[in-house]
Amino acid sequence: MPKLSAASRHSVSFTVNGVARSVEVESRTLLTDALRHGLGMTGTHVGCEHGVCGSCTVAIDGTMARACLTLAVAAEGCDIRTVEGLGLGPGRLGVLQAAFKRHHALQCGFCTAGILMSLDTYLRRHPDPSREELTLVIGGHLCRCTGYAPIVAAALDAAAELRGAQKHPEETAHA
Amino acid sequence: MKPPAFDYIRAAHLDEALGALHASGGDARILAGGQSLMPMLNMRLTRPAVLIDIMRLDALAQPRLEKGALVVPAGVRQAALLDRATLVDEVPLLAQALPWVGHAQTRARGTPCGSVAHADPSAETPLCLLALEGEVRLRSRKRARVVKSVDFFTGMMVTARAEDEMVEAIALPLRRPGTGYAFAEVARRHGDYAIVACAATVDSRRIRLAVGGVADRPTARDLPLLDGSALDDALNAFAWDLGAGEDVHATARYRRDLVRHLGRQVIKEALRCRN
Amino acid sequence: MGIQGEQFIRPSVERVEDATLLSGGGRYIDDLGTRPGTLHAAIVRSPHAHADLLAIDKAAALTLPGVVAVITGSDLLDITTGLVPALRVSVDARAIAVDRVRYVGEPVAIVLAADRYRAEDGADLVTVRYRGRPAVVDPEAALIPDAPVLHGDVGSNLMSDRSFAYGDPDGAFSTALHSLAVTVRYPRNTGSPMECYGVVAEYDPHEDAYDVLANFQGPFSIHAVIARALKVPGNRLRLRTPPDSGGSFGVKQGVAPYAVLMAAAARVVGRPVKWVEDRLEHLAGSVSATNRVTILTAAFDAEGRVAALDWDQLEDCGAYLRAPEPATLYRMHGNMTGAYAISHVRIRNRVVLTNKLPTGLVRGFGGPQVYYPLERLMQRIARHLGLDPLDVIRRNLIPADAFPYRTATGALYDSGDYRQALDIAVGDGGLSALLGRRDAARAEGRIYGIGFTAAVEPSVSNMGYITAVLTPAERAKAGPKNGAQSTATITLDPVGTVTVQVASVPQGQGHRTVLAGIVADIFGIPPAQVRVTTDLDTAKDAWSIASGNYSSRFAAAVAGVAHLAATRLRDKLARIAAAQLNLKAEDLVFAGGRVSSRTNPDAFLPFARVAATSHWSPGLVPDDVGSAIRETAFWTPPELTAPDAEDHVASSLCHGFIFDFCGVEVDRATGKLRIDRYVTMHDCGVILHPGMVEGQVRGGFVQALGAAVYEELVYGEDGAFLSGTLADYLLPTATEVPDLRILHFTSPSPFTPLGAKGVGEGNCMSTPVCLANAVADALDLDTLDLPLTPAKLRALVAEADEVPPPAGHRPATPAAKPGDRTLRGAGATVVAAAPEAVWALLLDPDVLASVIPGAHGVKKLSDTHFTADVTLGVGPVKGRYAADITLSDLDPPRGATLTGTVSGGLGDGGGTGRVTLEPDGSGGTRIGYTYEAAVGGKVAAVGGRLLDGAARVVIGGFFAALARRAGGTGQPGLMRRLLARVLASTGVRP
Repeated sequence: MPKLSAASRHSVSFTVNGVARSVEVESRTLLTDALRHGLGMTGTHVGCEHGVCGSCTVAIDGTMARACLTLAVAAEGCDIRTVEGLGLGPGRLGVLQAAFKRHHALQCGFCTAGILMSLDTYLRRHPDPSREELTLVIGGHLCRCTGYAPIVAAALDAAAELRGAQKHPEETAHA
Repeated sequence: MKPPAFDYIRAAHLDEALGALHASGGDARILAGGQSLMPMLNMRLTRPAVLIDIMRLDALAQPRLEKGALVVPAGVRQAALLDRATLVDEVPLLAQALPWVGHAQTRARGTPCGSVAHADPSAETPLCLLALEGEVRLRSRKRARVVKSVDFFTGMMVTARAEDEMVEAIALPLRRPGTGYAFAEVARRHGDYAIVACAATVDSRRIRLAVGGVADRPTARDLPLLDGSALDDALNAFAWDLGAGEDVHATARYRRDLVRHLGRQVIKEALRCRN
Repeated sequence: MGIQGEQFIRPSVERVEDATLLSGGGRYIDDLGTRPGTLHAAIVRSPHAHADLLAIDKAAALTLPGVVAVITGSDLLDITTGLVPALRVSVDARAIAVDRVRYVGEPVAIVLAADRYRAEDGADLVTVRYRGRPAVVDPEAALIPDAPVLHGDVGSNLMSDRSFAYGDPDGAFSTALHSLAVTVRYPRNTGSPMECYGVVAEYDPHEDAYDVLANFQGPFSIHAVIARALKVPGNRLRLRTPPDSGGSFGVKQGVAPYAVLMAAAARVVGRPVKWVEDRLEHLAGSVSATNRVTILTAAFDAEGRVAALDWDQLEDCGAYLRAPEPATLYRMHGNMTGAYAISHVRIRNRVVLTNKLPTGLVRGFGGPQVYYPLERLMQRIARHLGLDPLDVIRRNLIPADAFPYRTATGALYDSGDYRQALDIAVGDGGLSALLGRRDAARAEGRIYGIGFTAAVEPSVSNMGYITAVLTPAERAKAGPKNGAQSTATITLDPVGTVTVQVASVPQGQGHRTVLAGIVADIFGIPPAQVRVTTDLDTAKDAWSIASGNYSSRFAAAVAGVAHLAATRLRDKLARIAAAQLNLKAEDLVFAGGRVSSRTNPDAFLPFARVAATSHWSPGLVPDDVGSAIRETAFWTPPELTAPDAEDHVASSLCHGFIFDFCGVEVDRATGKLRIDRYVTMHDCGVILHPGMVEGQVRGGFVQALGAAVYEELVYGEDGAFLSGTLADYLLPTATEVPDLRILHFTSPSPFTPLGAKGVGEGNCMSTPVCLANAVADALDLDTLDLPLTPAKLRALVAEADEVPPPAGHRPATPAAKPGDRTLRGAGATVVAAAPEAVWALLLDPDVLASVIPGAHGVKKLSDTHFTADVTLGVGPVKGRYAADITLSDLDPPRGATLTGTVSGGLGDGGGTGRVTLEPDGSGGTRIGYTYEAAVGGKVAAVGGRLLDGAARVVIGGFFAALARRAGGTGQPGLMRRLLARVLASTGVRP
């Protein structure tokens, strides 16, 4: 039974976007801070630190999670995915990202990473969602710029494209 | 908004968690989904010396059927329960209420037992537990005990749980033939804390109505099978008895109005689907 | 003037910004590295709305490892001054309190530590002693002669009182057939961008110079205010902005006081300082829009034609008047007649201070506060006369042939055809179908209404409008202020590629995309070959006071000046190319990456080669061209003149037109508002990027929906801040947003280089009142204020009298006045001991120590005065507090009054309880108690929903313990019984 003392720092290991990573943290360090300031992965944003805004949403072991409500030490051994892992390669956007770009589904881009991670996680399990279902998923995020309509449109569009793309899973990474 | 310092224990066995809870002398908190505890930590509203993470305990990971009840251990997440295909037949009231608990993102982490232990007066899961007359299974290093839901919620975020006990599981009675179940709530936005939430069960003998968001704890009342103005009168008395308060979201009068309205609505709906 | 046609419009062109932002590569302020040794700041903030600051104890915090310094207001007294407002008043508007706090959330100390976690640990240990003062929260109450005065040197809370008359309002009112007034109390709200404030600052003592990186949005007139507050000349304040900013909606103007604070802290500590605001800080301590009390009266004829308006506006700027305030009140000065041709106007503008967060820029900036009363009034006039509100609006609109139209108050409306735009909206937006839906809904007994709003959306504000707060004589003395300098710089590098730099400081509005397109079109090269930078460095980039991202100035002004700079550079390049091709410059065209002859396409030079000529071959550049390497253009529109001697104010350059209508339904039982249809017609001149315009309209609409229905920064009567989390301050989410039908009509602006007008703020002005008008129509109301919460609407729907409690029912707690946050309770219990014994217990400090929940040590200062350290809490919510308890009105052994205060990291509280002891007739005592308590600070801000129940638990706990103590001998089981009884009496009735 590991007991991690408040008084010292601890090494925590998990995979981020498929790559094994270790980072030194305190027992109280939030996963947001571990990702951003420990690993330099600043794509996960901090908007409220009380679990409401959703900017920090990442995927942990395939489920959506507010990174601001997650202790880094509690993610030991977990499989974490962040916005930095959504692209198909350097300079190549994934399906969901490209749909956001086409639909002007972002303005300042601050909330976007969290919404992308929620949708990416959701679409993996629910490839044929209704508009209402997607609206509910996006409803777990705050965006102050777009008015949400283009985000819903982008999500629907991406879902349709991904369904088509699923015939050739080897060619297209998810979202 | 960063948490204060604490020791962190990732329990590998239930005994370890209970031992740590015992050793902390009341200054530990169980960390399950963290969707209520972590915001409070980030706001520094709470300062436990020790956090005991129970989410790696296999023994707490799976819901199970047991003697007429769905037993939901502390490691089960809300989303897992909502995804349980048989839930709508097993505990239809909870199946109706769970989609109202936060958002998909918080349900993916949050646990029904954590919600019960936290005992927010507006929370949906404690309300359902109370409406169904379910049980809370508590365990400490020395003993296990079962507390009826009606005895468990004793005040604003205060419960019958002793400091060295954890909520090991909740037990939700399975759907009974001839009983109808209904849930409804009004919140400012979808996913917000309920201003008023109502859950009703109706069978051939009685109406049981539970109300959340009004008193300092979820509160239930059993009524005979009333209708018409007699039911209105009973709902009105209940609405007044709950001692509604006022906050930035709603007035006391509004809460009473909603108790009368939603109460009637869920009773009607529960009656309708009694078979 | 004004380029028309499609040249600069790229429908749905994807943004150059997006790929990076979508991949997590954005560079927001907290994503940028800091210098080694940078300290992280946490701010200790006031839990009190109004109190003297008696002492700050830093010692405990300084003992914490990692904590380097604790800096207070008095530490900064010598190196800073206040942030001067636009109005000379004796208000020392410092960024940190010195000897008095005036709003909840006001900074009182800065803790600097190795990281933010440790800084917050330190902040928890800073002990501040306050002496409370009465607070004033309501702007009208602040004007009452014996109201608490915030700033003693001013002598009252009234900062400014100006009256204006245009035309002949007296005559118009005296001869009018009808007159009608509306009174509006416009509430507080804020922009709440998803990214909060951030500042990284350092100081070089050798050069006496500051370097500040902040996600500030402008206006850069504030640069002068910051430099002055830091007591350095402008060139010793290098203010930089990060490449990306996570939204602003105006409020990131309010970073300025924190820039001062962190810069000064860096100077004191001798190391760079970084501060990233958290969301609780943001809601309590960033910037609020003004709340305003308006009485608007109209004189009108039988057809509803308005002859005159009389505005009485009382503006509440919070605790301090900070630059650019009171600009919210004057931003609309030229537009006080809205979209209507009204010649006679009277205005009284008063500015008052109250114990609330200071105000500043919030999207719409003064527009919502003006259009709400104006458009409610138009509906009222129609109701009063039994006319169709649409007819009344239409009848009063400025006719198309009147443009450019000079309003009574001095604005020059550039262009428009309001009636045609309205007619198109009514037709294409389907008003007749909507009227049918209303009829059908009403026939079914549902509560359905339709609202209309016409509004003029001003953009590109005149930097001189705020001087209207001064009298003409004061203005004459100070010298005229006017204009709106915008600037752009185009640079050609040695390989002939193009870089554009502008001082527009966007927060996601796609400026880089639009500018790349505009400049590329001028040079005849693909947009991808133009790079645009929008981060600003005041030490190196071209900028002026009007720089920044506000007043919807980008499309109208910044895009235009970039066009101007590119055109100038192109003309130089044309002459360079002409010299080499032996052609006339005017015969050259820039297209397809070439500079070629208009008539002979074989005579050409690659654009890149011409563009690089001044670097490599200056000898080939004609002497009179100079060099063609970098071109900086400034542009200020001549129409933005200074306010004149008669107070005519050309407050803005461009004037878009909006016409909205909507249908809403109010649920009779729950009071919830459902928006059935919403149609918004915009004339924003030439549209440079349809996708971005749609984004601005949709985003503004949803923000306005928030202001109308969900959002309010709520303060209690005692000044406690009550909406401190995003679970209290409710931004709309995807599930709350209805369909929005957007329509366009185009009247190019003749005043802007590209014919564009601003479009980003309009719905924040039009939508709140349009929804309110629909609700008023649905509920048949004359008076209606925001926000349109379900509790409010339900109360308006419901019968006036509630179903009473059943006979014999215990009366509910007395209905509190709105804003009164007093927690009241009562209880009783019986104990076995006699009254005399219980009485003795009450006066015994040892007993109190055991009875006060969580008391660590009780000190007896006198027989009736005790202090204690207590840990109070409910469930997991626990905090340490210093308690001070006094017994008074002693009536031994029958009763006593307990007065107590507690203060600690989670806030403060105070209360009074009367305890009565009566013999119960069998040797025991009946203990009765009543209490009134109020709680402020963090707990009130983040846990208001739970306070009442929490107080019952804590106070009930005290009496339970007292009962236990009094009766806890001899009788087994008694204690438990008593406890149960007391808890029952304090909690829910069984």
